[in-house]
Amino acid sequence: MDLAFTPEEVAFREEARAWLLAHVPAAPLPSLETAEGFAAHRAWEAELATERWSAVDWPTEYGGRDAGLVRWLLFEEEYYAAGAPGRVNQNGISLLAPTLFDHGTQEQRTRVLPPMARGEVVWAQAWSEPEAGSDLASLRSKAVRTDGGWLLSGQKTWSSRAAFADRAFGLFRSDPDAPKPHQGLTYLMFDLRAPGVTVRPIARLDGKPAFAELFLDEVFVPDADVIGEPGQGWRIAMAATGNERGLTLRSPGRYLAAANRLHALWREQGSPGGTKARVADALIGARAYQLFTWTAASRFLDGESLGPESSLNKVFWSEYDIALTETALDLLGAEGESADTDWSERYVFALAGPLYAGTNEIQRDIIAERLLGLPKGRR
Amino acid sequence: MRLVLDREQRAFADSLEALLTGADTPSVVREWSRGEHGSGRALWVRLAAAGVFALAAPEEYDGVGVRPVELAVAFMALGRHAVPGPLVETVTAAVLLPTPDLVKRLVSGEDMATVAYDSPYALDGDAADLRLVLTPDGLHRATGHGPVRPSLDPARRLTALAPDELLTATPPIEQALLLARLTTAAQALGVGLALLDRTVCYVKQRTQFGAPIGVFQAVKHQLADAKIALEFAGPLVYAAALTLDPADVAAAKVTACEAAYATARTALQLHGAIGYTAEYDLSLWLTKARALRTAWGSPEQCRDTVLSGDRRW
Repeated sequence: MDLAFTPEEVAFREEARAWLLAHVPAAPLPSLETAEGFAAHRAWEAELATERWSAVDWPTEYGGRDAGLVRWLLFEEEYYAAGAPGRVNQNGISLLAPTLFDHGTQEQRTRVLPPMARGEVVWAQAWSEPEAGSDLASLRSKAVRTDGGWLLSGQKTWSSRAAFADRAFGLFRSDPDAPKPHQGLTYLMFDLRAPGVTVRPIARLDGKPAFAELFLDEVFVPDADVIGEPGQGWRIAMAATGNERGLTLRSPGRYLAAANRLHALWREQGSPGGTKARVADALIGARAYQLFTWTAASRFLDGESLGPESSLNKVFWSEYDIALTETALDLLGAEGESADTDWSERYVFALAGPLYAGTNEIQRDIIAERLLGLPKGRR
Repeated sequence: MRLVLDREQRAFADSLEALLTGADTPSVVREWSRGEHGSGRALWVRLAAAGVFALAAPEEYDGVGVRPVELAVAFMALGRHAVPGPLVETVTAAVLLPTPDLVKRLVSGEDMATVAYDSPYALDGDAADLRLVLTPDGLHRATGHGPVRPSLDPARRLTALAPDELLTATPPIEQALLLARLTTAAQALGVGLALLDRTVCYVKQRTQFGAPIGVFQAVKHQLADAKIALEFAGPLVYAAALTLDPADVAAAKVTACEAAYATARTALQLHGAIGYTAEYDLSLWLTKARALRTAWGSPEQCRDTVLSGDRRW
């Protein structure tokens, strides 16, 4: 057991730190939930990609640095410590890319990943439907066989970033006669500007068009954009949600950086006693999350699979994020009500955490049933 | 970076677990609570033979050098089995004492030690062979002890000590206090894990409304929260053992103790009235979770340590 990093890892960390110091924009970019901000963040992704910092853990042939899990975690710490912008292509990089590495074809990886790394194609997630959220297997949007591909019809909703994104990935019912709801689903990628697609942005709590609903009317998708075998979509998608809740969606770096900023804010405000315990707990929570992730990474590198343990992460980071940003708003007092501070943007974003990537109620059921062995019940 | 136990550490944990599982610790705890120390001392000698106290002493004093990770492993097992006695205090004394002969008696399990620091009471002064008091002047021996006062945890017997003979004016206080706090955190984590295990078993067996109560979401979600809190405390305890950085140790102490205490509250709620009785074994862990919360550093003191100093996270 040790906490030491190898000389190569330390050198990688220092190289990342130096590059970020020289390149991170001096002023924060506008909110990526706006058209202007989206464009600015896209340009930042392109700049990251010039020296292959946009997806450091990918193989070099797709624009990465083949960095592996530990160096990726170190990069993420440096990235957020440097105050670098949020990642507009998070859905693509943390959800679609791992799925393509595990289940895609060589042709798909070569075609999809390099433009993703450069921010030229930004991906949206098309999972939820009006009547299929936490009960995702009940989804109804369908894929019907046609010459050389599939025709997609139906409605998707709450698609993050879809208001401005280029393409989307999601599950569709390709066999309505399958014996169980999670069978007969196919995982597909499609173009948000294809004929038959209507994108209707939805304003989130603060009015910004953060996500969208998608209306699909016989949208053609070629066979080349099916991921894995038709009918196997559920299994493939579940592997991706494990990634989403687990290691890759929320690296500890952002919380360490945010907690340190909160600590600095608390000191600037004269170290008020009323928020002392919450500030200390924010620091401790960030450290706990970092160390929990390192433990998971150590086990992963030993060849263990993480499985339902990613549900522990998901509940932790989503509730932690709200507690942290609430504390900052309380410390700011009257300024905390102002909607155009960095902390208020973070707060609104944090509020969604317990809702998406599988609600926290579903995660707690998974923890109770699959990690503690309690009997299954009706959800 | 490899934040998981290695094979030897896992083997040590397994061997202690086997020793303690066979030791019928609940009856040992109940005797100890009545001031009958015989079965507790017998178990103590076996723990010493397994190497527990050698982990806090230098080799020339019959120890193996200070091994904080192994101490954390050992104290998690001791907490899991609710082992009574001045365990943390004996480890602390082994670090503080300048005299080889006294330390060797602690390492072998012949003697138990207790230490009073920043508190009117020392733990188990009636059972301890060596009673120590830390003051600003240094480390003192105390000859006798005041009357035994009950703790909220019946297995913890509190005694006042008066400083007497000065043993050293320059004991390694900081290192000793860090180890005291670390081992208390590990012990609390073990207590919390035992409370969770026992409650999970109980809610699978106890039926109401025609089903085991573990089927209900209201029950599941409380246990899921306890699981999350304990799982995130574990890496903090191990990292604190690796760095012995005051902020890491304080973070581990407050997090492990709060997780154990919250789990105790959940365990009591989900057991219902049977959990509220002294005769049911759950009580042995419930009361300890409360007592360890303030031992060797209250939540507030630990949070202050995290907020001050040159933390490097």
